Amino acid sequence: MDFESYDVLVVGGGLAGIRAAIAAVEANPNVRVGMVSKVYPMRSHTVSAEGGAAAALGPGDSFETHAFDTIKGSDYLADQDVVEAFVREAPVEIIQMEHWGCPWSRNPDGTIAVRPFGGMSTWRTCFAADKTGFHMLHAVFQTSLKYPQIIRHDEAFVTKLLIEDSRCVGVVALDIKTGRFDAITAKSVILATGGVGRVYAFTTNGNICTGDGMALAYRAGAGLKDMEMVQFHPTGLPFTGILITEAVRGEGGYLLNKDGERFLKRYVPNKMELGPRDIISRAMVTEFEEGRGFEGPHGKYMHLDVRHLGEKVIDRKLPFMRELGREYVGIDIVKEPIPVRPVQHYEMGGVDANISGETEILGLYAAGECANVGLNGGNRLGSNSLPECLVFGAAAGRAAAHYAATAKPATANPVDAMLWDEARRVESDYLEKKGGNERIGPIREEMQHEMDAGAGVFRNKEGLSRLARNLGGLRERFEKVKVDDTSRTFNTEIIAALELDFMLEVASVIVFSGLAREESRGAHARRDFPERDDEHFLKHTVAYHTNTLAPRLEYRDVHITEYQPQARSY
Amino acid sequence: MADKTITVRAARFDPEHDKEPRLQSYEVPFYDESMVVLDALNHIKNHIDGSLSYRWSCRMGICGSCGMMVNGTPKLTCNAFLRDYWPRPVVVQPLNNFPLIRDLVIDMDDFMHKLKSIKPWIIRKQELPLGAGEHRQTNEQIDDFRQFSECINCMLCYAACPIYGLNEEFLGPAATALARRYNLDSRDEGLKDRLPVVAEAEGIWECSFVGECSVVCPKGVDPAKAIQQTKLDTTMRFVLPYGNRE
Repeated sequence: MDFESYDVLVVGGGLAGIRAAIAAVEANPNVRVGMVSKVYPMRSHTVSAEGGAAAALGPGDSFETHAFDTIKGSDYLADQDVVEAFVREAPVEIIQMEHWGCPWSRNPDGTIAVRPFGGMSTWRTCFAADKTGFHMLHAVFQTSLKYPQIIRHDEAFVTKLLIEDSRCVGVVALDIKTGRFDAITAKSVILATGGVGRVYAFTTNGNICTGDGMALAYRAGAGLKDMEMVQFHPTGLPFTGILITEAVRGEGGYLLNKDGERFLKRYVPNKMELGPRDIISRAMVTEFEEGRGFEGPHGKYMHLDVRHLGEKVIDRKLPFMRELGREYVGIDIVKEPIPVRPVQHYEMGGVDANISGETEILGLYAAGECANVGLNGGNRLGSNSLPECLVFGAAAGRAAAHYAATAKPATANPVDAMLWDEARRVESDYLEKKGGNERIGPIREEMQHEMDAGAGVFRNKEGLSRLARNLGGLRERFEKVKVDDTSRTFNTEIIAALELDFMLEVASVIVFSGLAREESRGAHARRDFPERDDEHFLKHTVAYHTNTLAPRLEYRDVHITEYQPQARSY
Repeated sequence: MADKTITVRAARFDPEHDKEPRLQSYEVPFYDESMVVLDALNHIKNHIDGSLSYRWSCRMGICGSCGMMVNGTPKLTCNAFLRDYWPRPVVVQPLNNFPLIRDLVIDMDDFMHKLKSIKPWIIRKQELPLGAGEHRQTNEQIDDFRQFSECINCMLCYAACPIYGLNEEFLGPAATALARRYNLDSRDEGLKDRLPVVAEAEGIWECSFVGECSVVCPKGVDPAKAIQQTKLDTTMRFVLPYGNRE
């Protein structure tokens, strides 16, 4: 059988994946790069990033303060050598994006402008109005079209990693349009599949954010690191979960409770609206519990008020927010406050990878939200994720190209057998399945509501244990799933089933990792263990796949260079 | 009004079984004023009929996946509110003018080729080294091309375009607008490389400035303007005595 074969294969076509593909080609122009994505690359969830990308560019900024802000923001769970490398590389990547056409908003002298952002001690967030991710993704995707070495497989869903002699040598992908299973082999594979927000009901994440790369790597034997660290963004629109950017507060917006009070003075008095996301989300939930939230048809909420900024500033810097308010809430944010409440936004955890994106599996790399290279620790600072995609996407691309130069190609026979086995598995589990009385939609909805209830802003042992049991029950029900759609042509129900399979896997890792971390650090706030415990938990959780729902957990020391853990107050 | 429902008539077509698309009716609960057509499709898929196929992701009007014909008009279904249709039924069909793959899923590979053909990247005679920092560009210079950079590739303009409907060789609204986006960018020097593709491609002279593309754009892009400006650029290039005519 013939296989497509590449030197480097990138799974995922968002900012990290495309940056990795270009870096691989620029590192070695003879490299052939494949890019497989379940959507056309410009549909990737990078488009929804709004506020900006942090980099210590300006004369008033320094690598040291960006590093310290990131480490403190992480609640000291970030690997400090990784952070130090990141802050040095981020400005270079921002300039690279500028050369590739990103329409960064500018200062009057034509240099790239910056805005304030949460947890950052100075103005360092570059932005393209309030559609930064959209503009970055389209710029980098359109730029990628000039490289003939990058060959795309759009709308193909990776179901399994090909592992031969403990080395990753490619993937099995389901071509969505035709229903055909393909082996796509490569000397190295980079996972850049984004986040897993769709395990929650109330999330800013798009439908495609289903943790595919995390589950693929986990099942292949790689570790998932710090998965209990799930970020809740303070300002989502009730009902839809649509993100209202932190830049609204960066530009001077106020968060107000039902008494019209800027309640953050009780929680982050020195930072107020520019405190870090984990603390502000907890503050909001605390205010709700104490009766100081607004009551609406979709639960409690706060007001995010920008009226004092004036129409001119809003239209110049936050035009998309005005559009979202008008269309999805029916308000004009120039005249009315925006209803907001905390919403799942980002997974700090991910596939365990080092500073070059290498995972524990030879030939397998990871970058972007699906990876955990040790940058974000317990809480990512807003506007660090876009530069993370660039810096570590590029690093993974270069490393994968370098490795591919000397790696042997996959051998045909085992690949053929693995492809056959995988195609049979999916067909017999779904397409040809006899019996079964469960539907995908209800199982997914139940998982999402369980996760909202048990693994939200605040957690405790009881809730997490119940959640773990319930996920077990949902997994049993999933085994009895019956799909309605048996067509081979653009069968989105099969894709939904495969995604749900992945999400149930990753959700369990989040829950079991969270149960075992008996302390409160960053976004992981345990009501039964309210204090940070550096003695026992200044460590990364690394979860490995087992034959049961519960992973095997290991712990690894955090890399500390010069920033000793301190009490974290703002 | 806990029991309010809306009728959704969705186009169904599976090339493995059907010769022609047909409409299938579903009753969907309509329980919140902020529900959109996409929410109704998701309800159908999750609870009534898992075989209905369509694309979607961000549900906030930025990823460009969920364009469909809603009561005959090209719309992002995440941005088409049920309240604007109820109590009448909503008819959801695949975007006009594209080959149909399945149900509400169209084949947009043609656009992907067209996008690449206009060289949608910054072209410079001499690339600035990274160490030299950013190109200086003012917000006013960005304003020159800003609206064209807002294109989300949702294909609504192609579905509305009478010329594309007749002649698929036509580069079409979005690709022309994106070429314009780069041609107007103060950092770019690629006009000469792009103009042959944009202006000499079929169709542009047939565009009669109907402007349907600009009307249906959910992002305020004005592709019709881009097309007219491109015609003007081309004309100028041929009539000016020192125009670049290689």
